Amino acid sequence: MSLLDITDLTVGFDTEDGHVHAVKEVSLSLEEGEILALCGESGCGKTVTAMSVPRLLPPRTTRLTGSIRLDGRELTTLPEPQMRQVRGKEVSVVFQEPMTSLNPSFTVGFQIAEVLRRHENLSRGAARRRAVELLELVGIPAPAQRIKEYPHQLSGGMRQRVMIAIAVACSPRVLIADEPTTALDVTIQAGVLDVFRDLRDRLGTAIILITHDLGVVADIADRAVIMYAGRAAEQAPVEELFARPLHPYTLGLMKALPAAAVAAGPGGRRRLAEIPGMVPSPLADPAECAFHARCPSGQDDCLAARPSLVRHGPAHLAACFHPARSGEQP
Amino acid sequence: MNEPVLRIDSLVKHYGQVRAVDGLSLTIGQGEVLGLVGESGSGKSTVGKCVLRLTEPTSGTITLGGRDVTHLSRRAMRPLRRDVHMVFQDPYSSLNPRFSIEQIVSEPLLRHKVMRRREAGERVAAMLEKVGLRTEMMSRLPHELSGGQRQRVGLARALVLEPKLVVADEPVSALDVSVQASVLNLITDLQRDMGFSCLFITHDLSVVEFLADRIAVMYLGKIVETGPTAELFAGPRHPYTQALLSAAPVPDPARARERRRIVLGGDVPSPLDPPAGCRFHTRCPLAFDACRTVDPALTDPRDGDHPAACHLVTPERRPDAAVPGRTLEY
Repeated sequence: MSLLDITDLTVGFDTEDGHVHAVKEVSLSLEEGEILALCGESGCGKTVTAMSVPRLLPPRTTRLTGSIRLDGRELTTLPEPQMRQVRGKEVSVVFQEPMTSLNPSFTVGFQIAEVLRRHENLSRGAARRRAVELLELVGIPAPAQRIKEYPHQLSGGMRQRVMIAIAVACSPRVLIADEPTTALDVTIQAGVLDVFRDLRDRLGTAIILITHDLGVVADIADRAVIMYAGRAAEQAPVEELFARPLHPYTLGLMKALPAAAVAAGPGGRRRLAEIPGMVPSPLADPAECAFHARCPSGQDDCLAARPSLVRHGPAHLAACFHPARSGEQP
Repeated sequence: MNEPVLRIDSLVKHYGQVRAVDGLSLTIGQGEVLGLVGESGSGKSTVGKCVLRLTEPTSGTITLGGRDVTHLSRRAMRPLRRDVHMVFQDPYSSLNPRFSIEQIVSEPLLRHKVMRRREAGERVAAMLEKVGLRTEMMSRLPHELSGGQRQRVGLARALVLEPKLVVADEPVSALDVSVQASVLNLITDLQRDMGFSCLFITHDLSVVEFLADRIAVMYLGKIVETGPTAELFAGPRHPYTQALLSAAPVPDPARARERRRIVLGGDVPSPLDPPAGCRFHTRCPLAFDACRTVDPALTDPRDGDHPAACHLVTPERRPDAAVPGRTLEY
């Protein structure tokens, strides 16, 4: 049993335009102290998959089936009062926008202490002392002064560190980070990624990192799930994934990066590999391979049935009838 | 030597107390693509706005095709706007939602009285074809298009008058990798076919490494280094450029984890009160006394076209005596 087991997760939303199939039959597991990247382009279902764990999806319109087990305990059916104990304490979230996720009317110290007072029943003084420690943990200089400041007094990188401090205040088992560095500059991003690495190393926190950036995946993740049109297309340890991508979509993503064209050699006629066509509408749930229309190695059998995830190595899975031959470099 | 398409001399733009651009000079030759790189708040977008006279420069001069346009009246500026067009970052907010694609792309033609509405249709259709959109799109409204298609419309609008200079401000930053690849290929193709010069403003180093002929790196309102793309990426001279290149995520786990990252301390100082001397000295791992008082000029140690604004680039011309043990690696 893993720390977190997601089995056959299917999530849809009822909208005015019809039923949106956001996530379809996704199964994945997260081990203690592991950094797992959920990777893919807009609309692939990576955020919905992760946000199903703390149940942060609109309850009225969400249709969720499947199982999410944290330490063996089923979360999908847990009554809301118990779920509130899980949220923020055992599973916590760092959002993308450090500007809008902090309350502008309260000091950062108050906002960190609030979590501790709610979940850990700490006294005001103890919570304040712990807030200072937490700011130090995420690499904020002069934490004793910083806790008295308001969010607008901090830079974007510092605000994101405060968000991380709030998220790890109760030593969660699972930390979900939704594009945590996308809004940050590269020189600041490097420092924030170091904070995540450090938290994992020192506290053993398991992290689900939602990102569209393969550079970030390569830098920090242990394992990655590449998602396409609501399904997992490929799943592998990061070194393995980059060395031997099997799914044509993964390979396409890697070849489409400007860095790939630059690495391929100099010359005025460089071109990036394109993935033609568009992502299929989330309103449809075709019985064929969703990537078929855009796939360079698509054949007739891809239209006849939907490929399921097949094991190609010890921890390497891909959902494709015609995976890239091993040795085909991105 | 041909007259450069754009020449900026000692450009200064202050918004009240905010010193967004503080003494910046650059030129763009015919058919040249200059990548202007910097992090948020470096002033890169302000430079683009000044070139188009969307904002009034505080001082300095802007010369387009040999003509000083810095203080031209709106009326006198109008005919010159035929030759300079802009592509914006956000393909959602930069197209009028009430205009059809035909109206959007034909507007420059009508505004500059190049042709009548009746004749414009053919030209618009030809332009749309050039950017890879079918002519059926002409009657559509922006909301019916995907992000990549909208950015193609933005390109068609900017190029329909065959301008001499295109200012592109983060044109692919809002797009997914696979869409970004096709738009970057398109920009490269169009630039080669039509021969326009381009000021390409971005925070993404891999994008300019792919398509720019020359790079200028900005930090806090000034250029700290500029040079031919391959040369600058192979041997960055300024400590800021070195840190920026070392922090950029690399989509290759082995390289990402082995490389030495230069981690910059602290945050970017406020442009309200930039540091005295070299603006980078507060975060520079190599700073010494003179950096705090003397602002280094852009100098190429080998008298080539790859100057950097750092005292350590030309140790023999340094304002103080030699400081042992401090050399720049490149």
